[in-house]
Amino acid sequence: MQATRDFSHYVRHLGSGLSHIDLAVEGVNCAGCMSKIERGLSALPNVTLARVNLTDRRVALEWKEGTLDPARFIDRLAELGYKAYPFEPVRAEAVETEQASFLLRCLGVAAFAAMNIMMLSIPVWSGNVTDMIPEQRDFFHWLSALIALPAAAYSGQPFFRSAWTALRARRTNMDVPISIGIVMALAMSVMETIHHAEHAYFDAALMLLAFLLAGRYLDQSMRRKTRAVAGNLAALKGETATKFIGADEISVVPIAAVQAGDIVLLRPGERSAVDGSVIEGQSKIDQSLITGETLPVKAGPGTAVYAGTLNLSGALRVRVSAASEGTLLAEISRLLDNAVQARSRYVQLADRASRLYAPVVHTAALLTMLGWAAYGATWHDAIVTAISVLIITCPCALGLAIPAVQTVVSGAMFRTGVLLNSGDAIERLADVDRAVFDKTGTLTLPELDVTNAVDVPQDVFELVGRLALASHHPVAAAVARASGARTPLAGVEEVAGLGVRGFVRGLEVRLGRPSFCGADQIANEILHRDPEASVVAFRHGETRHVFAVRQRLRPDAAGAIASLVRAGIEVEILSGDREPAVRHAAEQLGVHEWRAGVTPADKIVRIEELKRQGVKVLMVGDGMNDAPALAAAHASMSPVSATHLSQATADLVFLGDRLAPVVAAIGFSQKALLLMRQNLWLAAGYNLLAVPLAIAGLATPLVAAAAMSGSSLLVILNALRAHRGARELC
Amino acid sequence: MEVLVFLVPLALTLGALGLAGFLWSLKNGQYDDLEGAGWRAIADDEPVSEETASSTVSGRH
Repeated sequence: MQATRDFSHYVRHLGSGLSHIDLAVEGVNCAGCMSKIERGLSALPNVTLARVNLTDRRVALEWKEGTLDPARFIDRLAELGYKAYPFEPVRAEAVETEQASFLLRCLGVAAFAAMNIMMLSIPVWSGNVTDMIPEQRDFFHWLSALIALPAAAYSGQPFFRSAWTALRARRTNMDVPISIGIVMALAMSVMETIHHAEHAYFDAALMLLAFLLAGRYLDQSMRRKTRAVAGNLAALKGETATKFIGADEISVVPIAAVQAGDIVLLRPGERSAVDGSVIEGQSKIDQSLITGETLPVKAGPGTAVYAGTLNLSGALRVRVSAASEGTLLAEISRLLDNAVQARSRYVQLADRASRLYAPVVHTAALLTMLGWAAYGATWHDAIVTAISVLIITCPCALGLAIPAVQTVVSGAMFRTGVLLNSGDAIERLADVDRAVFDKTGTLTLPELDVTNAVDVPQDVFELVGRLALASHHPVAAAVARASGARTPLAGVEEVAGLGVRGFVRGLEVRLGRPSFCGADQIANEILHRDPEASVVAFRHGETRHVFAVRQRLRPDAAGAIASLVRAGIEVEILSGDREPAVRHAAEQLGVHEWRAGVTPADKIVRIEELKRQGVKVLMVGDGMNDAPALAAAHASMSPVSATHLSQATADLVFLGDRLAPVVAAIGFSQKALLLMRQNLWLAAGYNLLAVPLAIAGLATPLVAAAAMSGSSLLVILNALRAHRGARELC
Repeated sequence: MEVLVFLVPLALTLGALGLAGFLWSLKNGQYDDLEGAGWRAIADDEPVSEETASSTVSGRH
């Protein structure tokens, strides 16, 4: 590409004469790549830091300001065999990183306090049965309080804040009983210490906090990893725009550097990355990613162009109306908002469990207190016993039950090429009973493919490919890709609107319209057999060939759909494309229920209709026109080739050309849901054993500690089984 | 029992040192890349120059 590449938008100036840039890198999977990249980049002069982050698949680079062009790093990485692209961490990601390190800090403080208090508690426990004098015991208890109170105040913040927000909105969530339990445990321990009692519960309260923070951190780190990798993929798709920086001067810039009002050049064969309107030029554009309609439409001055559309024949100058953020039709965004709101009513399994759990526990504690008071115990003893019940039932295992499974399963999904956008997606995906597929780009591959390649001799095909490399036209590009040719033919000239031509060993070669190559008859035969295809003709002397190019189904689409049906999930196709195209695909896949020519609003209507019938819908789609339907469905998936909007809306994103990850993800999530339910029962069961002890007034700190850590460990061990089940599935 | 006056603060100080170490390493970004860190430990031929090594630490702030 001749135009300059401008990445200055991504460079941060650190002061002290250093510049910093983050690059997303594709294909970094092992330690070997890590040292290869770091060594390769450090070898450049003036580079002061090159560090690979293997978890996020990113490279951080620093160099002496003004000495190097960031594009140089990308070229260097390309030489090393890695595709890289600069990116800007989105705000949500930065906030999550900050939260993760706060959770880790809290966890560190809670673990430190728990261990030290435990160290002080053991002498008290053993002293109580031997010869400890009360003054010593009080000293140890006060010392524990001194550590526990500030530590709990600091490390309990994540729970206290969330509980407070919920209470203020007159709701309750998991964090309310947790906070009540912890505050009660600490308050009672202080009271008991003042009254020179034998037991205090500081150790239990802090250990509880440590376990819960561990669960919260697991939950968060799962989502963070997905978001980081999804951010990389967005950057690696390399969405750039050719922007006019002067009257006739252009520069290739990342889409993040384009603003409304800028003028961009859209060349033939390029996919638009912005919304805007044409101010100059005539062309045909393929809007399949937006509307699902595969036939191209005409474009001229005044025509609206949307991000994701493919420019086919002529160069266009486009005035940008929206880029990077907000490249969507107002209608789609409105539909989307409504759909998202509707789904937010879904209550997660953990919260559903805690809704049942909190009243039961609090009633049990209250009854214990009243019971002991009626039985003749002092109010002090009755209250102490009631609080023991609260502490021992505090949902420690409950807090770990769901995140532990989510983390293990998301790791397993990650390895099979499925990225998870939200934790509760697993639960929703597990109980879908109907899968609705979009056709274009979802059931079919996003790129065009040559269907009659086998009819053409290999040497001829390669020559065609080399000739096709000279053309920007997507049909020619598909031929070039299919032939695997790498060296473009020299001296090829373009005949506007007709095709390209050149010379090989004195004979003229042509590639383009059938009439341009004198192959109308062969072309008509092919088009008669397959009206869906686009054709491009080739002529070498008297040899003539016509290539049929069309969207091809994903290689395992039929198999994937068959296994969905076997798993008891009904399959349906909803496409914005024309009827014959959809009918053909549905017949090939053996899908009986399909609809063609569906608008985004119609898709939502259909999904709402299914919902009313009590059907749990999984929507799989990639286009911007699918985004509202993705948001409205019970669960949703997008291929990695989808538009930004669809990826951001979908619960899961799958990588690669195959549909198998869709089937695998459903299998994973069903297994995960089973384990989550088991974990909740395990937690409940453990409490059922411990609660009678607490009600009977036998809850010594030892019993409390054993019940709490025992149930938590059991839940974590059970979650690890998801890993084994996951391996059997793939 | 007088020994407690001595031992308890000592134990707490050691614990606090451990905590301080943890917080320091967290702030230094040592938990940013848990996967890579594991591999770095066993990579034997990593040529870390003096300059790169020092800027790895200073560059994080």
